[in-house]
Amino acid sequence: MLSGGDMLIRALKDEGVEYIFGYPGGAALHIYDAIFRQKDVKHILVRHEQAATHAADGYSRATGRVGTVLVTSGPGATNAITGIATAYMDSIPMVVISGQVMSHLIGEDAFQETDMVGISRPIVKHSFMIKHQSEIAETVKKAYYIASTGRPGPVVIDVPKDLTHPAFTFPYEYPDKIKLRSYTPATRGHAGQIKKAVQLLLAAKRPMIYTGGGVIQGNASELLVKLVDTLDYPVTNTLMGLGAYPGTGKRFLGMLGMHGTYEANTAMHHSDVILAVGARFDDRVTNAVSKFCPNAKIIHVDIDPASISKTVVADVPIVGSVESVLTDMLALIKDSSEKPDAEAIAAWWKQINEWRERHGIYTQNRFDTTSDKIKPQEVIQAVWEVTKGDAYVTSDVGQHQMFAAQYYKFDKPRRWINSGGLGTMGFGLPAAMGVQMAYRDATVVCVTGEGSIQMCIQELSCCTQYHLPVKIICLNNQALGMVRQWQDMQYSSRYAESLYEDSLPDFVKLAEAYGHVGIRVTKKEELKAKLEECFAIKDRLVFMDIMVDQSEHVYPMQIAQNSMRDMFLSKEERT
Amino acid sequence: MRRIISVLLENAPGALSRVVGLFSQRGYNIESLTVAPTEDPTLSRLTLTTLGDDHKIEQITKHLNKLVDVVKLVDLTEGAHIERELMLIKVKASGAQRAEVKRCVDIFRGQIIDVTSSLYTIQITGASDKLDAFLLAVGDASIIEVVRSGVSGISRGEKVLSL
Repeated sequence: MLSGGDMLIRALKDEGVEYIFGYPGGAALHIYDAIFRQKDVKHILVRHEQAATHAADGYSRATGRVGTVLVTSGPGATNAITGIATAYMDSIPMVVISGQVMSHLIGEDAFQETDMVGISRPIVKHSFMIKHQSEIAETVKKAYYIASTGRPGPVVIDVPKDLTHPAFTFPYEYPDKIKLRSYTPATRGHAGQIKKAVQLLLAAKRPMIYTGGGVIQGNASELLVKLVDTLDYPVTNTLMGLGAYPGTGKRFLGMLGMHGTYEANTAMHHSDVILAVGARFDDRVTNAVSKFCPNAKIIHVDIDPASISKTVVADVPIVGSVESVLTDMLALIKDSSEKPDAEAIAAWWKQINEWRERHGIYTQNRFDTTSDKIKPQEVIQAVWEVTKGDAYVTSDVGQHQMFAAQYYKFDKPRRWINSGGLGTMGFGLPAAMGVQMAYRDATVVCVTGEGSIQMCIQELSCCTQYHLPVKIICLNNQALGMVRQWQDMQYSSRYAESLYEDSLPDFVKLAEAYGHVGIRVTKKEELKAKLEECFAIKDRLVFMDIMVDQSEHVYPMQIAQNSMRDMFLSKEERT
Repeated sequence: MRRIISVLLENAPGALSRVVGLFSQRGYNIESLTVAPTEDPTLSRLTLTTLGDDHKIEQITKHLNKLVDVVKLVDLTEGAHIERELMLIKVKASGAQRAEVKRCVDIFRGQIIDVTSSLYTIQITGASDKLDAFLLAVGDASIIEVVRSGVSGISRGEKVLSL
């Protein structure tokens, strides 16, 4: 016999939950007392509920497991919303337990009451409101099942305070399995469609393999590598898909889309067959849909039928888990008497390599290396070198995010952790905390800017409490870089509210005030040495405040309303 | 094009708000909506009419299917089907108008279900366009109050929407 509060925590333990990221408050206090009275499930006290969701999110992205969040009612719940939306947009499995006012007070505008199920409805995969203690175990099981299967996503469980009261106990049993008549996620793809796709793929003259976050979430990276290498076809990843194919691999053309590489975007435009796997033809990838890849037949593999033909119509739609579909494809290719057209593929590679030479960001430096100012791109290059390309890198949102995506070559999945869909500033530091909790000895880097870091900077305190030796690489350009870039390009350099003037804190002193190490870099020649100094410190958080060139823009940049191949290549050149 | 989508939904708190929310969130229209429990009290049957081209309707049905509370659905307009709507209407009926309105009700096979010295309350069922036609026949000037149930529908023949 257990109380509701004890049942909840016991159910988390039985589900295999390691960490809860959360923040206590009135409506959640019985649950917190239940946490106090056990040792199996550990609680990480953040400094703001938004950070709890981002930390659970980062933990999930790095490990593939479901992140768990606990917040109180009212402001606790609403503060969690940004993080839930972030997870929803990037299909990250997460369970958020929110305290609620006592059942009899619901609807009476009670203290710290908010309709959490209602407020979160558009940004969750599903949500539950507990009506009786006897539902708790089964609801927790359902929540983790729904969050982690099919296209993953966040699930909210709202728990009224009276149902967690220690005075009322009930029998507890955690179900082994759960079956929901109304929820049956797709598994294997349609055999006929897969066969059609393989025929189309093998007959291609100018193929492109374009993959997204689905390959990472679906743990299908190895299969993708096998497919790409078997066929010797070029591959590009979306912002969410980086690391699915090794960033240093010769068949990798870099990221595609708005800030994708010249070779990836141009090759997409000229391709005749596109195999899209676990990607959703986001507007940041396609540019104008009407001008998208005019000659390409499109094979689209996704676990979510609603993602297929949502923006770009697929010629061969395949609904299924990427893992099973890629396995089936590889088997068919192996047994097929048809082979790729070697001559056409060689010519295609020749063309792609010409594009790489012409404007590629990996064949030459596309920024001014002679400038005496520190360029943000070279900071990322240096971080990549110093960490030997093997760190977990989280980022915030803006120019630094794009530079990190372009210049840190991720060779493994689950190493690049960023808010791609929602674009949430403030994500980076708490996400890094989640990653560091999961992998205490790993090198975890948070690439950020002086704008984004201030959106969740309070978490420096959480890092102190749990001894999280995150390495913060702050590309400090004293401006909201991406906003400033757009203002340069579209608003005649009228910098409306994008400059901080002299209001920025001394980040080195700030880090030190929290008990961390702060290092400032102002000179280009000391960059490498200071980074080495930073990464040599294994047991403490280091805040690297690196003063970078404010005038730098992110390129390439697709020209809006045009096709994929139309790009600005620098301030002066365009395609 | 007008479509009638019929949905079997878990009869659970919040289920209806997920369906309605989906439509507003993704910018789809709901022209009419009816919902009530079925013979199995754990299930509700929801019928909605919406407007959209094939691409939009495909997206609507896919997104509806993704909702965890949606058990099954069918686009009735894809096959032969029967649709009905119920309308209750109060119209002015005094003097010479009384006989005229009565004749009109008979033509549309409606029933007068309540009477005062100056008005009739009429019940009429049929496809939505029949109800529209009745309103036109009676004329705006006579109409005092109209209440329509929204469309309910069912497939013709052997085809069924059930578990």
